Formats: sequence, C-alpha cells, structure tokens
Amino acid sequence: MRYEAPDSLDGAVALLADAIGETRVLAGGTDLLVQMRADVVGPELIVDIKKIPETRVVAEDKGGWRIGAAVTGAELKEHPRLKQVWPGVVEAANLIGSTQVQGRATLGGNLCNGSPAADSVPALIAAGAVATLAGPRGRRDLPVENVMLAPRKLALTKGEFVVSFLLPPRLPRSSDAYLRFIPRTEMDIAVVGAGVSLTVDETGTISAARVSLGAVAPRVLLVPDAAAAIVGSRLDRAAQDRLEAAARAACSPIDDKRGTVEFRIQIAGVLARRAALIALDRARTS
Amino acid sequence: MAENGTNGTNGTNGQGYVGTRTIRPDGVDKVTGRARFGADFNLPGQLIGRVLRSPHPHARIVRIDTSKAEALPGVKAVITRDDFGDQPSEFIPAGEMMMNYKDVVRNVMAREKALYEGHAVAAVAAISAAVARRALKLIDVQYEVLPHVIDVVEAMRPDAPVLHDDLFTAGVEPKPDKPSNIAKRVEIAVGDVEAGFKKADVIVEREFKTAPVHQGYIEPHAALASVSEDGSTELWCCTQGHFIVRAHCARLLGMDIAKIRVTASEIGGGFGGKTVVYLEPLAIALSRKAKRPVKMVMSREEVFKASGPTSGATVRVKMGATKDGKFVAGFGELKYQAGAFQGSPVQPGVFCAYAPYDMENVKVIGYDVVSNRPKVAAYRAPGAPISEFAVESVVDEIAKKLGLDPIDLRMMNAAREGTKAAYGPKFGPIGLEQTLNSIKKTEHWNMPLRKWQGRGVASGFWFNIGGETCASLTINEDGTVSLMAGTPDVGGLRAALTSVAADELGIPYEKVRPIIGDTGSLGFTFLTGGSRSAFSGSMAIVEAAKQIKAELCARAAKLWEAKPDQIEFKDGHVRPLGALAEKVKPMSIADFAKIAGKTGGPIGGYGRINAQGAGPSLGTHLVDLEVDPETGRVTILRYTVAQDAGKALHPAYVEGQFQGGAVQGIGWALNEEYIYGADGKLQNAGFLDYRMPVASDVPMIDAIVVEVPNPKHPYGVRGVGETPIVPPLGAIANAMENATGIRFTELPMSPPKVLKALKERGLNKV
Amino acid sequence: MAKHHIEATVNGDAVEFLCETEDTLLDVLRDTLQLTGSKEGCASGDCGACSVMLDGRLVCSCLVLGCEVGGRRVDTIEGVAKGQTLHPLQQKFLEHAALQCGICTPGFIVAGKALLEQNPNPTDTEIRYWLAGNLCRCTGYDKIVTAVKDAAVAMRKG
Repeated sequence: MRYEAPDSLDGAVALLADAIGETRVLAGGTDLLVQMRADVVGPELIVDIKKIPETRVVAEDKGGWRIGAAVTGAELKEHPRLKQVWPGVVEAANLIGSTQVQGRATLGGNLCNGSPAADSVPALIAAGAVATLAGPRGRRDLPVENVMLAPRKLALTKGEFVVSFLLPPRLPRSSDAYLRFIPRTEMDIAVVGAGVSLTVDETGTISAARVSLGAVAPRVLLVPDAAAAIVGSRLDRAAQDRLEAAARAACSPIDDKRGTVEFRIQIAGVLARRAALIALDRARTS
Repeated sequence: MAENGTNGTNGTNGQGYVGTRTIRPDGVDKVTGRARFGADFNLPGQLIGRVLRSPHPHARIVRIDTSKAEALPGVKAVITRDDFGDQPSEFIPAGEMMMNYKDVVRNVMAREKALYEGHAVAAVAAISAAVARRALKLIDVQYEVLPHVIDVVEAMRPDAPVLHDDLFTAGVEPKPDKPSNIAKRVEIAVGDVEAGFKKADVIVEREFKTAPVHQGYIEPHAALASVSEDGSTELWCCTQGHFIVRAHCARLLGMDIAKIRVTASEIGGGFGGKTVVYLEPLAIALSRKAKRPVKMVMSREEVFKASGPTSGATVRVKMGATKDGKFVAGFGELKYQAGAFQGSPVQPGVFCAYAPYDMENVKVIGYDVVSNRPKVAAYRAPGAPISEFAVESVVDEIAKKLGLDPIDLRMMNAAREGTKAAYGPKFGPIGLEQTLNSIKKTEHWNMPLRKWQGRGVASGFWFNIGGETCASLTINEDGTVSLMAGTPDVGGLRAALTSVAADELGIPYEKVRPIIGDTGSLGFTFLTGGSRSAFSGSMAIVEAAKQIKAELCARAAKLWEAKPDQIEFKDGHVRPLGALAEKVKPMSIADFAKIAGKTGGPIGGYGRINAQGAGPSLGTHLVDLEVDPETGRVTILRYTVAQDAGKALHPAYVEGQFQGGAVQGIGWALNEEYIYGADGKLQNAGFLDYRMPVASDVPMIDAIVVEVPNPKHPYGVRGVGETPIVPPLGAIANAMENATGIRFTELPMSPPKVLKALKERGLNKV
Repeated sequence: MAKHHIEATVNGDAVEFLCETEDTLLDVLRDTLQLTGSKEGCASGDCGACSVMLDGRLVCSCLVLGCEVGGRRVDTIEGVAKGQTLHPLQQKFLEHAALQCGICTPGFIVAGKALLEQNPNPTDTEIRYWLAGNLCRCTGYDKIVTAVKDAAVAMRKG
C-alpha cells in the first residue's frame, strides 16, 4: 500500500489520474481508516491532500466563504467569524462523531465518503454550497447536491477530487440550522438529518429558503417543495404543517439497524420543522 | 490468649481505614498509563495469533484444509479441532452458572458444526498480524450450510432446526425421545398459586421480551502464552479468574495444573464476560506447536460476535394482590436463550424473580433454550435483571390499579430477616426496607415533574456468593507488609483489602502493598464474580492477620518467658498485660520483623478459606425521565440508587458499583440490543451501532449506601457489584409508563418503538 | 513497498520509527514505541481509549496513520505527568475514585486535559459533551465528571 502526500493540486491530480488499482484520497481519515481496518476497502494508493494549501483555506471569497475540503470540524468551530454567518454548517460539522473525530473529520471527507447520512452534507446543500473539483481535465464546480449520486457513488471522474467549497454571499437577515435525530445524545450516525437555510425580509416573512434532508433516501436530498412550503410565510402553524408534509413526501428511506422506514419518514417532518424554526429565530436576530 | 479478634460490626482495633476513601494503591499506574492490561504484554520472539471464524450461523464443518496456510512463509503453526481432544459430558458448577467441558471445548474451537456466526473454526500463529490475516484467508473450510434459528420462541418450536442431536430436554417427564433446542426446564414452587389467585382482588398478567445485550467491557480479550519444551506454560491474560483459566486450559489441553502458571493482567472490565475462556486455550495450543510465545487479541467485532452476551428472553409474569396490596400469588414463565450451547442463567432468573418479596404462593418455571448465537456468558447478576424487570413492571401496575404508592406497596410485601425465599433459604438480616425508606426521604422523590416527564421506582435482589479464596500477608524485614490476593481486581479491590489488612494489623495504610498473585503463588481461588471478591478476600485477609497475630504473640511469650494470658495484640503491637507490663515494653510488628530470623523465621499468614455466609444485597432505584413525544427519544433526568452494602469497606468504590451498574441498566433499557438480520448475522458488532451510554446520555447518579451488616462477615460486608444492574430496567419502564401512560414490555425502549406506541394512540404531539 | 521512515516528537522527545502504510499511530505507539498507555478498545474511533494529542489537537490515534505524523508532535498519556508530579486531573481521578478498571482512564485524562486547556471553567454539560467520545463501562461517568470539575478548580487556583 503506497502513501503519498503531495503539496500541490497538480501533484495530487497526477497521482490520482495515473493510479492503477484502488485509490483513496485521505483527508481526516475518520472513515477511510475504519473501512481499511474492516477490510471493506484495500487501496493500493492513498493520496493525502492535507499538505495542499487550497484544501486548508478558510477565507472570504467574492463575498462568500471558501472552505478547503481538508479543514476539520474543530477548526471550523474555532474560526471567529464563520459560525456567525453559517452556524448551521459549523454545527453540522461538529456533530460528526466525537470531539476526537471532529479534530480530524473534514467537510470533503464527509461528502466524498458517499453516505446519505453524512451530517455536514444537508447543511452544505441547504446553504447552496458549491464544490470545486480538480482533475486531469482541469477545475470544475458542482453544486454539493449533485456530488453524491447514491451510497458510495460520486459524480467524480477518475483523478478528480474535491478541493474546496464555496458558500454563497449571505443576504442580510439570513441564517441556517442543522438538526439530526440520533437515539443517544452523541456518537451515533444520523437516523435523519435536516438542514435549513433561509432569509427573511424586513417584515419577518421568509423570502428565500433551502431545505435538505439526509439519511432518508439513497442520496442527500434538496427538497424544493419543502422550501416552497414556507417561502412567503412567517412559519405559522399552517406553514409548519406544509413543511412537514413536503419533507415527508420527499423521503424514500430504508429499514436498517438505525431506523425503520416509518420512523424516518415521521422524524423527517419533525426535524425539518424544528430546524426551520431555529434558522428563523437566528435569521431574525442576525 | 486474650481476645484480640476484630469484629467489623463493632469497629476495628486499627487506625480505621475501613470505611474511608483511601487512594487505591494501584491508582498511580492507572492514571499514568503504566498499568499493564491484557494486550500490553509482549515477549521477545512472540508470534501473533488470529482466529478464523465461521461466516455461517449454522453449518456442518465437512472438511478443513490448512495446507496452504501452513505453507505461507511466516506462519509457524495452525490449529483446528484436531488439536483438541474431545471432552466427555460433565456438568460442573461455575460460580453462578453451570458449565460442561463437552460444550467448552466446542465453543473454543468448533468440532462437528459451526453454531454461530463468529464461531472459531481454526487459528494461526505467524510472525506478524498481516501474515496471520493472510494465512486465515488461505484456510479452506468446506461448510454444509444448515437452516438457522435465532429467536428463543422460534427455537422452541417442534419444527425448529435442531442445534445438537444429542440434546434432550432435562427436567420434563416423560423424558423426550426427540432432541430439541430446549436444554432444560427448571421450576420452583411454594404454596399454591392457583389458590392464591383466587384470593386476589386484582390480577395483572403481562408478557415481556428482552434482547441479548453485551457486557460491553472496553478491553477486548487478550492472551499471551509461552510453552516451553517440557510443556511448562506461562500465560498472561485479562480475566476475572486466572485459576479458572488454568483449570480450563489444563483440562482442554491435557496438562497437569501445576504446569501452567497464569498471571492475571490488569483487567479492563469483565462484568461476568471474562469468566470463561476463548483465546487462552488457542494461544497455548499454538505456542505448543510453534515452540514460540503467541499473543492473541480480539478485535471489537470479534468480541461482539464471538464472546458471550447475556440472554435475550421472553417472560410471562402473572401476579395477584388483595385490595390492601398484599401479594397473594406470583407466577412466572421464563424462556431464556442460551446461545449455541446450553447454560443460560435461567435458573438464577427463576430464583430471583420474586425474591425481594415475602410471598406464600410462588411458582416460576424456566426454559434454557439454545439457538444459533454466541454462547451466553454471565453478565452482572446473570438472569436476574430480566425476570425482575418483568416482576417490577407488574408490581408497578398493581400499585397503579390499587391506587397505592409504589414504595409503600413494596414495603408492605418486602422480604425481611426471617422471610423464607421461594427458592429456598431463610434470609438473615437484609436491607430492602431501608433502601425503600432511603429513597422516599430523598429530595429526588419530591421533585416536581412536568408534562412528558415521568418517575419510576423498582427494587432488586441478588444473592451473592462466597467461595474458595486464598490471600496471604507477609511481614517484610522492615515491618512493611506484602499482601497477595487471589481474585483479580476489577475496580478497587486492592484498596479495600489494604484497608482491612492495615486495620487488622494496626499499621499505616501506606505500609501495606497489595498485588494479585499468580496461580503459582496461592491456592485455588475462585474467580472475581458473584460479588464475592471484597467479601471473601477480606475474610481471607482477616484469617491471615489472625495467624500473624497469633504467631507474634507466641514469639513474645517465648521472648518474655510469659504465659499467653499475659499477652495481647492491640493497635499494631504485642502488649504485655498486668504485672508483665512493668518488666517488658510493647513490641511492634516492625520490632518483630527485625528479629524474625532469630525468633523462628519469616512471619506471615495465609488465609485459605471457602467463604461462607454471603448475604444478599437488595436495592431500590428511582429514576425521572423525559420523553420527546414527537420522536420517542428518552432523556434520563435524575437517578438515585439506594442499596445495602452491609459494610462499605471503601465507600467510593461501593458507590462506583452502584453508579456503573445503574448506567449499564440505562443502556439495556433504552438502546442496547443485538440486531440480527434474517441471515442470522449480527449487524451491529461495534460500538457505533451497539449503543452504550456515553457521558452526555446520563445525569449524575446519586448513590445512597445503606448498611445492614451481614452478621456472617467479620466486618458485616455484603457483595455489592451485581445488584445495581437489576432494578434499572423496571424503574425505567415504570417511569415511561408514568410519563406516557403506556406500559412498554419490550426492551430496549428505543425511539422507534416508543414513537410507534405514541403515534398509535395519537399522543405524538408536544 | 518499503516501510516509511518517520521522524516525529512524542512527549517532547525526538523519535524515529519505521511503519507500513496501513499501520495506525496507535499501532506505532503501542507496538513500535512500546508506549502501551494508549489502548485499543475498538479501532474505529468510537471509544476514545486511544486518545492522544496531535499538534495540540485531541484525536483518536486509531484514526491517524503512522506515516501522517512525520514532523509533528504527539502527546500521549505517558507525557501528562511531569516527572514525579501528577497532573491535577490525574490526582483528582485518584481522589474521587473516578476509575474502576482503569482501561478508559488514559483516554479520559488526555481528553480531559485538552478540555481544560481550552475551557478552564466548564459546566457539567460541557464536560459530558466534550467527553462523549470516551466510553466508560464501569463508572457511569459520575465520578469522572466530579474529578474533571475539581481538577478545573485546582488548576484555576494555580
């Protein structure tokens, strides 16, 4: 098993593009090492991207925020400004695993592991995040909701990897929130995850919204119907009911050791509503 | 000789360390990472051993071809069933369970069949873990896959796949002529339950279901064996009973017991799960073949798949009471799943079900049922949490139906000194009432509750055991004392025994240094389990100290040319009495130590006992919880334990037992379970999806130590380790009923189950 | 392929070692450097018994490859005490009987130390959530929380 730690994007692309046999990109390693130990994957080449500066950046970019794919959840939490602008994204990244896991886990890894239950992905999708990829044919951008196609299946071509994410500029009176359902208080994989980002106008009415659900379908969903259900409202009871119904209607979950179909569908509505209420409260006071 | 004995119930004649919160002598090594646990030992030249495990839950093993593995460079030994002689069937008591070597040899290495996914089928020793892993892949096993059965009720059906064609149900008449999965039927009965039910004003009957749960120790099993050319064997392993490991290995490998020396490493949790052998005989067999030391450590997945959890069960309970609250009849039918080989703890489950209560009419029947899961091992009060969960739930329903306070109801029926238990013995002094009173006096009991919050109470019983125990005290040349105990220390034992030794001899705590002796250093000592190590160990220390004190007095008599009635041992000194006191001065232990050689040789005491008189420990738990009606998630808000310790040798470690057992019970009640697919394979063999409580899941656990001395112990000690896991299941189920109005009878009460029940009743709104 | 040759700092000492790509930092610490204080409870980042500090960041060493730590600083349980002087956390764990079997204790001490360095006055809730990645099966966490809080008091007093 080879291990390489290139210090440039081109170096990484070359390694990945030329690789024969199973290859894995290493950022935080909190999924990869577990899978290697369980014999689920047996890469011949591991490409560690943490030495590439573009993957480690957290900076304002054209009014939005650029976050490197290999920035850890803990680093996001410690950034003085980011959690004020995007509290939902930051809290989502800091729900992954434990304090120890958050010290290593990254947004890039969380997305590219290809699990629909990933905690940070619904928050990124609700935020309207766009992933920047690097590959043998150059750079390209892909909205995060288009990166994961199915469990363990990504829209990346050979040699491509996620370099960073761009969160769009924030309109005033905007905020976001991420909630997940787990049976304990920490440490579990999300049974359902809900990310909501919204903007209110001067009257307190929701003028824009994005709603994303995780762990209720083969990929993390962007649910336009759920957003439509609350835009133009002040999230009164009727709007909440519409939101719940739209969230539930979008689900096509499975029965597994973490939850039943019935349970996930029911919870999806509850969490979408609760996350929207938190986002609304944050937007009003932002 | 004047009376120099010490009686714990009347106070000690030392400085009084017993009952105080001393710093444990083994503590510094544990907080600095220096202490060596099972996987922390290494020997030069050691090989790494790994086990090949069956991927099938039930299969005949037709053929095993190890030739390719043996030929792999770096592989030094491969073993299979051919390396172990068969064992005849013989039932042997093993603490609180029974065992049979015919089953043990098959569990350690499959013979005719693989009986669960994870069952050991072969093992290799190689120069590295990587080579060992590759070697396993080269072992070719031909399986004939058979239909499997997992659930206990399914396994009892006449058309279920049969695991053992030589297993005929014991305890039924007429003797069956067809083998089945029902290994045995047990029953206790006193009085006449049918007559009792006729007297009842209220009868409640319920059926309960629990899932298998694992002890969940953080340290996986580990062993390091080194066999010499003459067959003498050294074994380091993490175990609750190194003398038991020695006995099993000697038996399975056809060795003299004296030829095996087992050293118990520090142990990272056991709770009953490390009272049996898994890796140890394999490591020895591999080392014997490879002629090099072999180290074996289980992965977490192996721990879940191949070491014994406790039974899952189906339990039916029917109780009757008069309108005043007197329990007039108690019936129970328990079906416990034993895993692949017989030996579930259904018998203790039967015995304990109604043990907290004084009842004239009791009948409890139990079935021990095999199924294609790992063989169950003991888990903290084995069998009792399940049966007492059922009874405590029904008691709560009776209280509600009669409009009686649940503590008052239990008080009215509480077993006391003189009560004859349904399973046989008459109780000496016991502390159930005191624990009930303690709970009622707490602030917790009176805290206000909001909507969707509920309060539950439950009591619990465990009998505890004594058993064969050896311990020694040696006076060193400078008067310090070396203490050697025979039971592995799972959590504070050395602190307790050191306090006892220091008080018995009247010397400072720091002058006593304890170790756990290996099997070559002490006589046979039964394992740490049954809540016996402090109870029995302290008895053995008292005996050893008695011998020392007698020896010192005898030497003084010679030295002083005095008669025994002119001498006594008090406060760490041999003291002259009466007129003699004008002629000679008292001498300390250190004084005698200096002249030991001249006065007869080294001074020491060796307690070798079969500790009798273990007293039951009863407890009552109180829990407040909150249910999120929209999701079914439960939060534990407050938790109080009151339990009778007889005498707490070290209060902090007694409290620790209460708190740890309560939190295990919380996990069992709310989230822990073995999840099997239809393919008979375990789906959650890791700490991610086998959900044990984490620090943020639980509140502080208030611990009230009640002390009703056990008159049969010199200090009044009762074992405390197991009872704490008994009441939580019932207490939490009762609190759930209080919060939701719904009686949950299936564990765990996980969110999908809770939400489903709420939704069915239209209650899933805030 | 040839093993990696890694130079790093462990508990303040310069070390060098060889490792395969698939060896985790935990494997290296325990098997190559003979620092067995960090424990393997699960090898999947779910129990925290292998907790160490990597460049001042609390991590599970079972989730870091040995070959990733070249030029970096690793701090383990073995480096917490300063000579003969126990860290206040270690002392308070002993005083409050915050350990029973002790297998999880190294992980809790390392994680607790990281918490108190970041937050010298944590609430009970903050302590419990910070330590949620450290499993304990013996104590029920009660005395651990008490010990961490008391250590925080001792450290604030200086």
